Formats: sequence, C-alpha cells, structure tokens
Amino acid sequence: MSSRKDPQPSAKPKTGFSRRGFIRGVGLGGGAVGTGLLEREAVAAPAPANVAGPGPVAITLTINGKPVNVTVEPRVTLLDAMRNYLDLTGAKRVCDRGTCGACTVILAGKTVYSCSVLAIDAQGKSIETIEGLATGNTLHPVSAAFVNHDAQQCGYCTSGFVMAVKGFIDKHPNPTMEDVKHGLGGNLCRCGTYMGIRQAALEAAREMKGAKHG
Amino acid sequence: MANTPDYNWPPMDKRRVIGKPYKRLDGPQKASGRAKYCSDLKPKDMLFGVYLTSPHAHARVTSIDTSAAEKTAGVKAVHVVSPAGTEVQWAGTEIAAVAATTEETARDAVRKIKVEYEVLPHLVKEEDLGKAGPRAKAAGEKLVGDPDKAFQEAEAVSEGQYGIPVVTHCCLEPHGQVIQWQGDQVNVWPSTQDITHYAGSLGPNLKVPIANIHVKQDHIGGGFGSKFAPDSWGQVGAFLSQKAGGRPVKLFLDRASEQMIAGNRPSAYATIKIAGKKDGTITAWQSESWASGGFTGGGSPPLPYILDTIPNQRLRHTAVSVNAGPNRAWRAPNNQQASYLTCGAIEDFAAKIGMDPMDVFSKNVAYAPSSRVETYRYQLQKAAEIADWKKLWHPRGEGGSGVVKRGLGIGFSAWGGGGHQSQCRTTIHPDGSVLVEIGTQDLGTGTRTIITQVAAETLGLPMGAIKLSIGSSDLPPDSASGGSTTAGGVSSSTRKAAVNALAKLFEAVAPALGAPAEQLEAVDGHIRVKDNPGKSLAWQAACRKLGPTKISEMGENNQRNPGGLNSSGAAGVQIADVSVDTETGQVRMNRYVAVQDCGLVINPRLAESVVYGAIIMGIGTALFEERVMDEQTGCVLNPDMEFYKLAGINDIGEIIVHLDIRPENDKRGVIGLGEPPAVAICAAVGNAVANAIGVRVPNIPMTPAHVLDALEGRKT
Repeated sequence: MSSRKDPQPSAKPKTGFSRRGFIRGVGLGGGAVGTGLLEREAVAAPAPANVAGPGPVAITLTINGKPVNVTVEPRVTLLDAMRNYLDLTGAKRVCDRGTCGACTVILAGKTVYSCSVLAIDAQGKSIETIEGLATGNTLHPVSAAFVNHDAQQCGYCTSGFVMAVKGFIDKHPNPTMEDVKHGLGGNLCRCGTYMGIRQAALEAAREMKGAKHG
Repeated sequence: MANTPDYNWPPMDKRRVIGKPYKRLDGPQKASGRAKYCSDLKPKDMLFGVYLTSPHAHARVTSIDTSAAEKTAGVKAVHVVSPAGTEVQWAGTEIAAVAATTEETARDAVRKIKVEYEVLPHLVKEEDLGKAGPRAKAAGEKLVGDPDKAFQEAEAVSEGQYGIPVVTHCCLEPHGQVIQWQGDQVNVWPSTQDITHYAGSLGPNLKVPIANIHVKQDHIGGGFGSKFAPDSWGQVGAFLSQKAGGRPVKLFLDRASEQMIAGNRPSAYATIKIAGKKDGTITAWQSESWASGGFTGGGSPPLPYILDTIPNQRLRHTAVSVNAGPNRAWRAPNNQQASYLTCGAIEDFAAKIGMDPMDVFSKNVAYAPSSRVETYRYQLQKAAEIADWKKLWHPRGEGGSGVVKRGLGIGFSAWGGGGHQSQCRTTIHPDGSVLVEIGTQDLGTGTRTIITQVAAETLGLPMGAIKLSIGSSDLPPDSASGGSTTAGGVSSSTRKAAVNALAKLFEAVAPALGAPAEQLEAVDGHIRVKDNPGKSLAWQAACRKLGPTKISEMGENNQRNPGGLNSSGAAGVQIADVSVDTETGQVRMNRYVAVQDCGLVINPRLAESVVYGAIIMGIGTALFEERVMDEQTGCVLNPDMEFYKLAGINDIGEIIVHLDIRPENDKRGVIGLGEPPAVAICAAVGNAVANAIGVRVPNIPMTPAHVLDALEGRKT
C-alpha cells in the first residue's frame, strides 16, 4: 500500500537547508534550545530580505489556468489554501499527511498530495484541480467513467481518485488492468469502491485516447 | 377511497423502474467535485474551531489556564470542556476548544492553553486477560445441556485460540459540524447518519427549543455506524458560536482525534473447544471469551454464532474496561467478531477430524434457526461452485511444496435489517411536476436513487420527472441510517405516499376518463383505464384536472407493521481464496466469493456496489487494520492513515458477488444490504490462511508478523 507518488513536487531544496546542516545546528546549540535562547535570538535577528513570513504573504497561484491571488501564512498547505481561503473544496482533507490521496491535484503535470505541498511553493506552476475538469455541465471522461461504473459511494475520496486517474492516464494512455492496480495505489477509499474504479480507469483511458481533454 | 389502497410491490415481471440498474443520481455531483459536504461549507464570517486533547490515557486535570489563548489576536471564543477536577479516561479526550478567524490562529491558540494533569495509572491492552486484574468483569454465563458429559463421550475434540482486535471506523470525512447559534435559533450542518433526531439530541443540552434547531446535510463522507449523535463536538461548537456572538463555527476532528475518540469496533478474544462425532456433527461447544470496547466496556459477540441450538454449551464472557476511546456501532455490531470466532473453531474441528470443512459447515448449519437452514445449504453449495472449491480445496497444510501456499476458507453471516420508521410526502402539482420529500440521508448507499425509482415506478413516470428533497430536519421525519434499515424504510414510505397521491389523482381524473377511480392505472406517463389502454390521458393533461390545488399525501412505514413491503433477515456465505508466502508471511487475496441472499432489490447496480464495499472493508480488517495501543504511554500508536492501514486498490484480489435474486426472496420485500455482507470476511480469510499454511493464525489481522509467529509456533 505504499504510495507511488512523491509527496513533494520538487526534489531539490531551494533554501539550501539540509538535513545534515540541521542536525549539526541542533548539536551546537543543544544546550541553548531548552532555555529558549535560540528562539529569542532568532526573533531578534533581522530577517534576510528573501525570507517570507511568518505573517501572511500575498501569493499568486495558477489554478485551472487562471491566476488567483490569496494571502496566506507560508505554513499554509496548498490544500488548506484551496479549502479555507478559496472555497475550492473538491480536494478533501482526510489523512493530512500524504497517505490517502483525497487531496490529489496535478501540479506542473505531476500528481501530488496537496496536503503535503506548501501554497507558496506552488507559485509559478500550473495547478489542476477537480473543479477545472468539467466543461459546463459536461463531465470530464474520467468523471463520467466513475459515474458509469458506480466507482463511488460516500464520495469523499472520489475527487482525489478522479484526479489520480486523470494524472495516471496522462502518463499511461494505454493501461492494462495490472497497470491500473499498481498505478492507483496512492489513493485510499473507505467505502470500498475499488472494483468500480478499476473499470472506470480503463474506460476513461479508452475514451480519452485521441480526444483532447485537459 | 373506502378500501385500503393496495401498497404491494408490483409483480417482478411488471416492474419498469424498480429492479433496473440506474446510475446513482448524485454520481455526477460527486465525480465532478461539486458535491458539498458539511465539512466543505464556509458560511459568511465562519470561524475555525480546533480542539486541545489529553495526551494522557488516565489523568486528572488539576489546572487549566486559557488566558494566553484568549488574548491571541483573531481568537473569538475559548471553551473549556474538561475543567480542573475532571478525570480523563482515555488519550484524546477533549480538554478545551478555540474558535478563531483562521485555522492557523486557532491551532496556535490551542497550543497556548496551559493544562496540568495528575497522571494516573492506566490499562490500555486487553489481549492478555491475566493482566487486566480488577478491570475485567464477568459479563455473562450460559449453560445448555450437559457439556461435560458431551466432551467426555466425544469422538473428537478440538481446541483453539482466536482473537480480533479493535479497529476504527476511519470515516474519511471526520466527525464534526458547522454550527451557528444566534439568539434562540440554531442552524447546524453536521456529518450525521441521523438528520431527523439530531435536533432532539442537541436541543436539551443547549436549552434551545428543538423547533428552533435546523439541521441540514446534503452528503456525508462515511459513517459506518459511528455518526448517530451530535456528540460533544456538536455542543462545544454551539457554545463557541454563542460566545463568538453568533458567528458560525466549523469544528471537525483532526485525523488523530478521529481515530482515537470518534468510534471503534470492540475487540473479541476466545478460547474455544468443540466436541463432535467423526462424521462432522458438532455435539458440544465451550468458550471462554473476553472483549473490550474501551473505557465504557462493550463487545459481547453472540456465540456460538448462528449455530444457536448446539445441544450442549458452556459459555463464559468477560468484559474488560481499558483507558481507550469508547466503541460505537460498527457495521453489524458484534457479528464480525462472533463469525470469526465461530467459523475459526468449526474449521479447526474439521481439520482435527480430517473432513472437508464444506461438509462440516453444511452438516452443522442444521443448528441454525430453522428458517435459514436450507438457505445456508444452498449458499454453501453455490459459493463452492463459484469458488471452484472441489478443485482448489486441499486438506489443511497440503498447499503444495513451494514457498507460497494457497488456501480456501469459509465464513458465514446473518443479519436482521427491517425497514426503519419513515414518513414521506409526495406532492403532485397541477402542472404535472412531482416532489418527493423525506428527512432522510444518503450515506453513499444510493438512498436518493432508490427513493426516486420507487416514486417513478409507482407514478408511472420516468426518473427525471421526480424531484427529490432529502437531507433536512424540516422534512417529514425519517430515522437513523443504521442496522441496514434505510432501504426498507424509505422505499416503503415512498411507495405508500405515492400510492396515496395517485389515488387522489385518479379521483380527479376519473370523470374525464368515464371510469371509476379504482379502474385507473398510471403507466408510461399516462393515466389509463385498466384493460382498456386506449382510454387514457397524458400525465400532464391528467394533472391539469386538479385545477389550482396540488395533491400532497403522506406515506408512513411502520417499523412494527411493514405490511409486506419490507422485512428482515439476510444470510450469506463467503469463501476467501488466498496465497500465503511462508518466508515473508505476506497474505495475498486471490479471489473472494460472496453469495448473499436479499429481498426485493430496487437497484441491482447499487446493491452490488454495497456488497463489494462491505467485502473490501472486510478485507482491510482481515489483513491490515488494528488500533495499536502503547502500554507505556497509554496512547494510540497509529492514530493516522499511514500506520492504521486500509486496503488499497491492489490488495483486494478479484471479488465475485452473487446476489440471490430469486422470486422466493423477492416476495419478502425490501431488505437492507449494508451490513449482511460485511460480517464474514475475517472468518473466511482466517480459515483460508490456516488451510494454506497448515496452522491456525490465532489473531486477526493476518499480518506477516502474526503469520510468521504462527508458523514458528510463537505466541503472538
């Protein structure tokens, strides 16, 4: 049941912050941590110009092709920015830790868990969400296939699963059943709709072949 | 009309809408992300609520200081749930809650609350009954016949140990609600399985007239028996809203709290002895069982499951109170545990006497309630046929010489059901439009769809002609969606309301058609004269005869007297086909066969989905799920979804569902299917693993650790 997705969209740390450096820092300041000295120093020191936060920061996200302005603290995840600040509630907060996939979106062409991406890190990248799939009242072929194969019950995992299937088919346009079973291992459903989802993924792939869908 | 109207379901061959596999009506909404769950709502000026919970399993709160939290900018309300002096009995207990303008602010503020505890001794594990001390209490004994004599005279005796741990509901949408308390008015949008009774439970605690509480829910992200009441968060959310001057407050549990305090299924452990004859007939049953459903106790599996009339029985049950979150109803309460313990013991008895368990089960279902004996025999045979039992089954442990062994196992189930109390209003307007209203909820089981099918069938209209309104406490009262009673309840109340409304329409139309009202029927969008279909009026033309006044008629399902429209009692037999890697201990599901009897099936597509879902959930509990408690800290070690493991799309093998839709079952009326197929999975999987590897793995889940321990003869 291990996830086949990267929880982080970007493998390279941009800040130059490394695990080894962090451990070394803790080692040097070990005596001071307990007293709160380091904390006070950190607050007192002037922030470098390129550091954002900790207060709210105005950012621009490109969601479903449109620029969206929002002001959030740097610690706010892409998921929380969408749900709490932008009323984009298709993506759901379930495990909140990059395990269940209910918050799946497609970031710069790659399927990610939006609970594990910071909103400020999503700037400058295209963000595809479930809200961008349907055209008016016409369902996207993936959503239509979910309806056709009854691949949903309570529906709380469905948005994430639909996005995961879309991202999967974008990368694997001709999947076999075995591909589907392995490729969708990063999403979980509690009602037990996997039998329908397997069929829906295969049907959606057939429907999307040759068709121009987002 | 002078006579009692005929509410009976139309005969199978006359149905045009009922029995057809319509797609679920809210499917497009959900699959496009447009369905709004209560946890998605954000009414104007909404505040975000966050809980502070206890890190200790057993402690007394000695002081609590919320002043720093209250002074935090953006915090609009702080509420202390457990004031100084409160004795906390499980980790995760709600201590205080904060409502603030952003969720981040609320989380920060909660961290500023200073709580001091006097930590007290705890007990959090019940597997080892010897360590439970005074926390273990005798909870029932039963003696039937003369078990001592029967064991002495038995041709064969088998004995085994079996255990099934606490699992959590793990609803994807956590428990909680958005709630607004303004003056004497309360509006609440909860995640609930019981819209009708929510206000009645909340009102007295808030001292607000129930009539002033309005409950609405369009969709719910899973309940499985854990979301019947408003719970403490309903009340706390209301207090926060009131303190914040009536601003709406969203208070939903975070994942850790959801896993710790919002519901779990009790454990069950047992040592079971069976005596019998070499021909497979069981003559005596003896069990020492114990269970825990958290601090308040709970968990009492009905043993021996289904085989009520074994002539000699001795049972003793002990309930253990532990410092862990309280249990809640979990999709067929106590039945999974009882099925696992009983079917495991039968399988071990069959292995002891060297018989095919299919024959032993078939022989001993004679001890089931008499009305079900033939059903089980039929189902055992049918399941064996589908699972290819004759070809694939082998005596225990003879799973081949390779590292990976294959095995088959049987589990059986029974469930009541019945239709819950439900009222429906059907309104026919003079322009022909139709509104059906019930204060029920759709858990994802397809309730919206089946109500609409029943109304469409009865009124002779297409599905699209029916407008349905559910999900509000302002609608006619329904009941909790629990116990697999919703399908029976809402289908029956809808049928009656639609028949009643139609009778009024017939009266209005009769003069125009020159026939008595009782000679009319509604078919294919027309009101026509029976046996003279040429004499008819199109639906809209018929409704125009109403003049300016609409028809609005009620229909009620009386739970105690359903009049043949619904009934209870569904049985099932299931077979698991697994492969076990004896080097890694990993169990893989190959194929799972479920033969399920049912009543009248309104929508076979949705019925099948529910059965698939029950089985997949069961495969998760059989192979992966277990709430792990830490003896030292008293905490739940896996209150999350990475270490509390659910089955994924590649873990479930192939599932074959055979719904037993035969006329003799159809005649029983509608029977809910949420629970019956969810019972037997641990039993079937446990037996299949024993069959594959040659030894009993006592404790569910069938993880590599448990399997390897059993193979090595270690006590788990």
